[in-house]
Amino acid sequence: MAEYTLKLRRYDPQTGEAPYYEEFQVDLEPHRSVLEAILQVKGEQDGSIGIRCSCRAAICGSCGVRINGKAGLACHTHLEHAAKSGVNADGKTILVEPMGNMPVIKDLIVDMDAVHWKKIQRVTPWLINKQPVPEREYVVPHENMVDVTQTMACIQCGACVSDCLSMEVDPLFVGPAASAKAYRFVGDPRDAEQFERLKDLAEDPHGIYDCTHCFNCIEACPKGVAPMNQIMRLRRIAGNDHHIVDRNNGERHERAFVSLIRGYGLLHEAELLPRSYGGDSWFGKFHPAAGQELLESLPIVVKGLMRGKMSPKLAMLGHRIPKADLTAVQGIYDKVEGKDRRYELNLYISGYEDEPEAADSGAAEAQPAAVGAGDGMPSAPGPDPNRPTAASESESA
Amino acid sequence: MPAHDVLIIGAGLAGQRAALAAADAGASVAILSKVHPVRSHSVAAAGGINAALNPEDTWESHAFDTVKGSDYLGDQDAIEVMCREAPDEILWLEHAGVTFHRNGSGHLGTRAFGGASQARTYYVADITGQAILHVLYERLMQHHERVARYEEWFTTTLLQDEDGNCIGCVARDIRTGALEVFNAKATILASGGAGQAFKPTTNALICTGDGIAQAYRIGAPLMDMEMIQYHPTTLAENGFLITEGARGEGAHLYNALGERFMEKYAPNKLELASRDVVSRAEQTEINEGRGFPDGTIALDITKVPRKRTLEALREIVNIGKDFAGVDITREPIHIKPGMHYIMGGVKTDFEGQTSIPGLYAAGEVACVSVHGGNRLGANSLLDTLIFGRRSGAHAAARARGVAMPKSPVSVLDDAQGEIDAIFNRPTGGRRISEIKTELGETMNRYVAVYRDAEGLATALEIVQRLKQEAPSAAIDDKGTVFNQDVLGAIELGYMLDVAEAIVTAAQERRESRGAQFRTDFPERNDADWLHHITVSLNGDGPSLGTAPVTITRWEPQERTY
Repeated sequence: MAEYTLKLRRYDPQTGEAPYYEEFQVDLEPHRSVLEAILQVKGEQDGSIGIRCSCRAAICGSCGVRINGKAGLACHTHLEHAAKSGVNADGKTILVEPMGNMPVIKDLIVDMDAVHWKKIQRVTPWLINKQPVPEREYVVPHENMVDVTQTMACIQCGACVSDCLSMEVDPLFVGPAASAKAYRFVGDPRDAEQFERLKDLAEDPHGIYDCTHCFNCIEACPKGVAPMNQIMRLRRIAGNDHHIVDRNNGERHERAFVSLIRGYGLLHEAELLPRSYGGDSWFGKFHPAAGQELLESLPIVVKGLMRGKMSPKLAMLGHRIPKADLTAVQGIYDKVEGKDRRYELNLYISGYEDEPEAADSGAAEAQPAAVGAGDGMPSAPGPDPNRPTAASESESA
Repeated sequence: MPAHDVLIIGAGLAGQRAALAAADAGASVAILSKVHPVRSHSVAAAGGINAALNPEDTWESHAFDTVKGSDYLGDQDAIEVMCREAPDEILWLEHAGVTFHRNGSGHLGTRAFGGASQARTYYVADITGQAILHVLYERLMQHHERVARYEEWFTTTLLQDEDGNCIGCVARDIRTGALEVFNAKATILASGGAGQAFKPTTNALICTGDGIAQAYRIGAPLMDMEMIQYHPTTLAENGFLITEGARGEGAHLYNALGERFMEKYAPNKLELASRDVVSRAEQTEINEGRGFPDGTIALDITKVPRKRTLEALREIVNIGKDFAGVDITREPIHIKPGMHYIMGGVKTDFEGQTSIPGLYAAGEVACVSVHGGNRLGANSLLDTLIFGRRSGAHAAARARGVAMPKSPVSVLDDAQGEIDAIFNRPTGGRRISEIKTELGETMNRYVAVYRDAEGLATALEIVQRLKQEAPSAAIDDKGTVFNQDVLGAIELGYMLDVAEAIVTAAQERRESRGAQFRTDFPERNDADWLHHITVSLNGDGPSLGTAPVTITRWEPQERTY
């Protein structure tokens, strides 16, 4: 047993008072979950604490909260782990707050209908059957069904929505959960409207190109759905396979990044805008929209020059890296682009039929240390050594 | 005052399937649930769903396995209906979008499951319930114009007219605390089981027997209540489920001596004998000192190729890692039998009709009875979908011939009065959580895998004392917005009613059949006990009755695996 302090953000809409923090002491084993601690307090001390919960085992998706500022499931976060990353130096205080980006109803309960479910509805979340519907099942490759299982594994807890930085800036952004849901249908060979779905999400100014690759959703997701990866896959299928060039310039902007890194090895900021509008053509620089946006970003450019983040020479010529390094970068491009099919990461496909023990021993050794200590919660940032994320062959247009 | 042709209480698989079927039949439909539909406990169903869909399989074989699994207490007419309709239901789900596992040729693939003579379990990794539940919910979103969803509404009581017809319910909007009367020409209970009356249990916190108790309180008989399934593989500490799919994929069970003890108890089917048999075997090993010191058995999933485990059993990889600190792909995980499912429920026919006109029940809340003394793994999803659909269709047909009922306003006052009484309880009594814990631990101690007269008498005594104590358990939350405290008080009352029915029925059945094993009556006794036991509310307590078991073509035989 160990003692922990739960610092809960309380809010009761009926009192007319502002939210406040209240601390409770709990005595539980370190490997017990934050949810168990909250339920103990609720049962023994204060039954008015509001939290949605049901399965206790990270399956139902009810208990999404922010623990020490990061979204996750309360049932899926060990006390010990939470206390270590806690806000107080005492190593035993755990801050629990409602999820972000959604209005709070009471205490830890947020209004998911107002945000999350609206966005799910937005992506037409049902199969539009390819015709004719067969008398028996659709015959589709095994790999495709395994592939979409990663997005089927989403439990709609809202953790990714809570911590999405793009949504903070643009509340209309379709967001990580709904995008993952969209991939679930785009990746389903039984669906008749792959192109229409992609076109819709690419042309929407709050669609798939609104994501800024911050990785927050991947970190927040307790089920390994990796929403951002699904957004990137939607973009690749939209751009590479369906050649959808959207009116928001999302596709060209992304292509500009790719071509600039290939050309320079590093980003050439001054070239980014012109290429985003005009493509790789030299004349692209004179695209009227590029000019306008360049004009709009002048204050930032000036600030950058004044603070020494940018020099006129750098702005004109771009960064240079040693020739050998550039060749190496370009070698990566050649290798990736030289494959006959795209390789995509998928949690459910380990990629090895008979895994050589030796090759895997690193992960095996890393694991007991983490798991034995009651750790190993996926809220820890960075790649999880336990997750087999080898290349799958699931993706082929 | 909302009024609909068909009102469905509960939005798990049975409720959602009923809603879609009723809407398809042209009815105006409301579906009401105390949690958001995707939080329903169907989401936790892992392993799969049974159907004789392969050309070399037959529904008769599936039906026989089910009858045998039920220890001949299942009603064979209902089992025939379920097994005959199963293949079309799988195809319906497949066309609706469920991402069922495909085999190498791209066709639907199966896995083996307990008590089945063929591999006939269709699945999505080990998230089958979730995959189906989410697809059905998305279909409800698609049909939002025909199906009104009342999400996070808590039903407090069922309503009847003077003739005894069920005409809807009173429910509390959890977000505002407002009470509302829902009138309907037909009402379908689909609010799941009562696992929270046991501690530990694999069941979610929401499984508090609401529907069973609500129907019982207005006079509907319950049936097979003594039949409580203990799942063979649950985590010792918290009762979490390790799917039977693990054994279906090839995992073995070992005792502390390293013996694969199922060779002794079920030489043919081994780990894939039916659940009551495997749970009893484990409990015997533990009781006779061959378990591990923490009272467990080892489940060895390393027998399954690692790639296969990562692809098809990912959820239990996570559960092992996060909740037991074990990498199941590399070492055995310690498990024991744990309360999982209640075969009994509100007695219905195979159209879902209870004995109260206008009231239907489907899924775990109901007892058709297709599971009899013991449910086969992967038959519960099938039960929810087949009888959910049939109830929905039948209720819609009933609605066509009935005028829209209207409840008097006074029912709202009565319901409000009951809520107010909870708010006004003086402090000083026991806490709700304390009573609930005592109930759960009592049931798990005395009404588990092995039972006897003495233990059951003790259990009944405790349950009845808790029933006395519960009405004086005060609540802390006096607000109206998301007041979970007051709901907890009502749920406790539901659980106590259900527990009392369970114990009473277990006392009555003085034989051993299916999940009920009486150490004082260790044999099955077809001469005296080949019938269902029913429990009805009489005044303040349960009264017992019997109902015949329907036998169509499979006469009872000795049951071995």
